[in-house]
Amino acid sequence: MPSLKDLRNRISSVKATQKITKAMQMVAAAKLRRAQSAAEAARPYAERMDSVLANLASGVTAGGPQLLAGNGKDDTHLLIVATAERGLCGAFNSSIVRLAREHITRLQDQGKTVKILCVGKKGFEQLRRQYERHIIELIELRGVKQIGFDNADEIGKKIIRMFDEGGFDVATLFFSRFKSVIAQIPTAQQIIPAQIPSNENAPAVEGPQPCYEYEPGQDEILSTLLPRNISVQVFRALLENAASEQGARMSAMDNATRNAGDMIKKQTTIYNRSRQAMITKELIEIISGAEAL
Amino acid sequence: MAAFHFELVSPEKHLFSGEVESVVAPGADGQFTVLKDHAPVMTTLKAGVVTVAGGDGKVEKLFVRGGFADVSASGFTILAEQAIPLAEIDVAKVDADIQDAREDIADATSDDARLTASDKLAQLQELRAAIGG
Repeated sequence: MPSLKDLRNRISSVKATQKITKAMQMVAAAKLRRAQSAAEAARPYAERMDSVLANLASGVTAGGPQLLAGNGKDDTHLLIVATAERGLCGAFNSSIVRLAREHITRLQDQGKTVKILCVGKKGFEQLRRQYERHIIELIELRGVKQIGFDNADEIGKKIIRMFDEGGFDVATLFFSRFKSVIAQIPTAQQIIPAQIPSNENAPAVEGPQPCYEYEPGQDEILSTLLPRNISVQVFRALLENAASEQGARMSAMDNATRNAGDMIKKQTTIYNRSRQAMITKELIEIISGAEAL
Repeated sequence: MAAFHFELVSPEKHLFSGEVESVVAPGADGQFTVLKDHAPVMTTLKAGVVTVAGGDGKVEKLFVRGGFADVSASGFTILAEQAIPLAEIDVAKVDADIQDAREDIADATSDDARLTASDKLAQLQELRAAIGG
């Protein structure tokens, strides 16, 4: 039976924890709003990019640049695993890592070579245990407050440089798609060779398709557009990830606050009961002492 | 004059969307103006100023660095790497930034740092040349 002092200590420590989780939840909520609006602001660009690319790619006859068509091989896979820099956000990091791990296992069973590029420390820490020698680099974005296009562009350029040097054949991006505060969907997206979005949703143009004029030339445009598309995809993934992380943290901290509240209630009941029991015991002792006289 | 739909987006922001009468854009092969029913064209852009003339005689100028212009039947879209409304650019600040970038190059200790600084300087100078004055 814990003493009254122990119980008091325990209650106050849970209360302190509850204050912290509550504060973290509030911070996450504020950051989530910002991350969400950043993700929304980036969406039109990515959508336009998709439609321009679809437009261009439909005109490309067999072959085309390697970023679009691939280099004809399928031996070495690069996995870009984007996770958070911090923990305490529920299953956010683990679920991305789990998806990546399933992917790695499948690729290894097929006898392919796997390389991993980690963006964010948490995923790196989890993958390191099992796949240390596959990890080629860790990119930390810890000091970055608001992810700008420059951060994504840097990663995008790095990926393209590796591709040009023949470092890998297929690149897949792992991140968490932000659906809502309580739902984040870990997603794998292949970025090299580029997956061209189908143009079916575009409004159908009546009559013969307009004949595009290209300046300087179709190939030149495509060869500048494709690397940019990689950066844009990375940018989108990072922004979605940032929003998902805050959403996951918010709901995790909300749960923690509620748990702490439950625990305080339970502990307080125990504390009051044992205090009452103590008083009763003392009274009995006094009374029976007086009777004995 | 007839109006058509114009959109200007950068990765971080949706800068302009609406009906306009004419747009002048800095194409890779020279400036070009787009009016309604322009033939479909796709081109890369170089750094420069995009001039948007709205239906009510209002003229808006924006600096863009690199990107793509897509003229199609549904309208005109610019995907800019970076875009800033000219009104938001402070000439004195740009000059100060150029000065800073020059000093950064002089102070740079590693090749990487020098490369970043000179990239930045080149970008600033493009901007300075575009706004003139």
